[in-house]
Amino acid sequence: MFEKIFNGDLPLKGTQVAGSWDSLYNFLVWLSVFFFLLVVGGMVIFAMKYRADRQGAKAKYITGSHLLEAVWIAVPTVLLLIIFAWGYNVYRTMTHAPADAYEVRVIGKQWLWTFLYENGRTTVNDLYVPMNRPVKLIMTSEDVLHSFFVPNFRVKQDVVPGMYTSVWFEPTMPGKHRIFCAEYCGTSHSGMIGQVIALEAAQWKAWSAGKEIGPVPQAGLELTAAEKAHSGAAGAVLTLAERGAKVFAAKGCAACHSIDGSARPGPTLKGVFGHEVEFGDGGRALVDENYLRESIERPQARVVKGFQPIMPTFQGLVSETELSALLAYIKSLK
Amino acid sequence: MHDYLTHTRGLRSWLTTLDHKRIGLMYLFTVLAFFLLGGVFALLIRLELFGPGRTIMDAATYNKIFTYHGAIMVFMVIIPAIPAAIGNFILPMMLGAKDVAFPRLNLASYYIFIAGALVASSALFLRGADTGWTFYTPYSIRTNTTATLVLAGAFIMGFSSILTGLNFIISIHKLRAPGLSWSRLPLFLWALYATSIIQVLATPVLAITLLLLVFERLFRIGIFDPAIGGDPVLFQHFFWFYSHPAVYIMILPAMGVISEVIPVFSRKPIFGYKAIAYSSFGIALVAFIVWGHHMFVSGQSELANFVFSLLTMFVAVPTGVKVFSWVATMYRGRIRFNAPMLYAFGFLQLFTIGGLTGVFLATLAINVHVTDTYFVVAHFHYVMVGGAIMALMAGLHYWFPKFWGRMYPEGPARVSFALLLAGFNLTFFPQFILGSQGMPRRYWDYLPEYTMLNRVSTAGSWFLAAGFVYAAVYLWRAMRAGEPAPANPWEANTLEWQTASPPPHDNFATAPVVTDWPYEYRDPLVPASASRSLP
Repeated sequence: MFEKIFNGDLPLKGTQVAGSWDSLYNFLVWLSVFFFLLVVGGMVIFAMKYRADRQGAKAKYITGSHLLEAVWIAVPTVLLLIIFAWGYNVYRTMTHAPADAYEVRVIGKQWLWTFLYENGRTTVNDLYVPMNRPVKLIMTSEDVLHSFFVPNFRVKQDVVPGMYTSVWFEPTMPGKHRIFCAEYCGTSHSGMIGQVIALEAAQWKAWSAGKEIGPVPQAGLELTAAEKAHSGAAGAVLTLAERGAKVFAAKGCAACHSIDGSARPGPTLKGVFGHEVEFGDGGRALVDENYLRESIERPQARVVKGFQPIMPTFQGLVSETELSALLAYIKSLK
Repeated sequence: MHDYLTHTRGLRSWLTTLDHKRIGLMYLFTVLAFFLLGGVFALLIRLELFGPGRTIMDAATYNKIFTYHGAIMVFMVIIPAIPAAIGNFILPMMLGAKDVAFPRLNLASYYIFIAGALVASSALFLRGADTGWTFYTPYSIRTNTTATLVLAGAFIMGFSSILTGLNFIISIHKLRAPGLSWSRLPLFLWALYATSIIQVLATPVLAITLLLLVFERLFRIGIFDPAIGGDPVLFQHFFWFYSHPAVYIMILPAMGVISEVIPVFSRKPIFGYKAIAYSSFGIALVAFIVWGHHMFVSGQSELANFVFSLLTMFVAVPTGVKVFSWVATMYRGRIRFNAPMLYAFGFLQLFTIGGLTGVFLATLAINVHVTDTYFVVAHFHYVMVGGAIMALMAGLHYWFPKFWGRMYPEGPARVSFALLLAGFNLTFFPQFILGSQGMPRRYWDYLPEYTMLNRVSTAGSWFLAAGFVYAAVYLWRAMRAGEPAPANPWEANTLEWQTASPPPHDNFATAPVVTDWPYEYRDPLVPASASRSLP
């Protein structure tokens, strides 16, 4: 029962290291159950057995026992040293990347991840990696602290401005694995979500060569009907706005811009197209293709009143085709 | 004869009092007021997390609310609660003294605390603060909220903590009653002594750190901001160099309370007096050299991680000594189930889970996955709330007759205890599972798969709130109209019980003389106090 309570729902094991991690975690859970029962069980039994209202209740005069004290100093010390050594051992495996690891550069910024590959490709929030090959990330931040966390891989590493940190993993399970930002980084901290997309050899080859690949399911799951329908791979032709919606999701726009009018760090995009907006300096403009393009490529140029100039530039991160699709999508948000 | 409550009258006589008992109670009511405020913020946090996405507030507001909750509970509630509130009242009486060594400094400490708390709270009425109570750089440098005020407030409150620690250390050295040798010192005082050492030595580091951060915000001096040559990780080292020992400022006095309550209600000497006393110092010592375990994924070197993980393991040894000794004290006792003892049981249950999950976090590999997730949130709430607040409740009930000369009612006390214990486990146990599943902390929004456990946790928070509100109601009533309390309702041996309830202004009618250690509980009771001078 305790195993179910504690780790029946541990995240998927996306790497071998995750398996080693789970073994150590299980050991600690069982050890804790033992000591919990020892202490709290002892407390409950003594409280029942020696309660004051029992017949002939009388306390015995005992002030201590050096033998018992020696035992409960020595036994935990030995156990703790074992736990330490085991933990350090797994930690070393988790942190020492093999020399032949495939390297990807990672830049964190409020509130998205940018991934730069050696073949020159750049992606936002989606990290494409090959399966069964060590991948090493060399990470830094453009603004504040972030932390790169993939629960399925049991790895986490802070991403620090002004220095490089690294993390590595070797995915053994295909599909999408969630990336969380685990170090508080401001307003949209909880919206800074990406995914590691672990690809089988053939797909990886295609992706590396710059080709379109079909939809990838969540790790451990089959493709859902919706994913198939929206992929375009099944033969269905997407509208331009539908393609824009995919760009909107892939570039992390949703971390700051809602499409339903709710409040986020950036202005909502619901119904903005074709309407006038007021800027912090009192100026006004009509939201059209050119204003939106400017806002994506040079976000600080004209900032809507009531908002902070915090949006990073997407110049070079969005292709002309993607930009056109994105604008069509924004226009469709009534 | 006048007691300390009727010695002089009027608000002014309280505000200018040099009496440690009144100062202790002023701290107590201040702390409880902030506890109410911090508790309301906690309920708002849980309410927002009732479902994914927006429930009652936007992300920016949520970030402020969890910052207020953390900063208030740490700096204005748990750090001062037991040492400054209960400690002020009880320490001189346990020593058999008339007051602390420096009564005027004691009052000054209280007003410094108030000044700091007001400065920090003023941020609430301006642009707030959204840095989290940890103020991690460079976010805390860049945020356009009024974080500077919170930093300045915490800086000021630090001096109150330092001066109180100093006052306590000197009082324990110089004001012990004749015969109260070190080997007869009650364990609550050993715990307060160890706490005071941490307060005096660690708090200045926090003061300097916060001051540097204020300067960084105001003058851009380039200490912590990498954009101008600073190092953001350096801030974490400075911050935790204080804030890790501060965890023990919160828990050591709590352990001291439990060490008093368990023998009294078991009618037995404390098991392993010396080991418990030394373990307080063991914990205080190790407290200073384990700060890096907060930073295993910060970019800190592997060597540092190795050393900090190893050292952190040794926190568990003296902690285990205490826990095992408390349980052993109950063995073959004659156990009474009064409210202080119930809260001590609650403390043991919750603190054991808090302590054991601390071992998970000290283990390097395990830490990597669960750090900065709800696992950590659950762990420190089990220690800070399950430990420190349960012990505060134990202490409030235990010394209630001494504070007011009236008894609290046992029946309602059991009800609130049951609500608090159930509510606490319901609120925080699911958070361990959420954390092991990977839900990061400080998340305003979360994935749908985390909904169920978050709902359970939120429901638990309502039980907790009900338990605290109910306790406030019956304690308030008992304070004004409870049964009159005898001088020593628990038949305890420590000196504060060898005088009237409530005590006279000068604590003791005649100076007490100690002839035995305080845990000389023999059954049937031989009044150990027979050899002490009674008023």
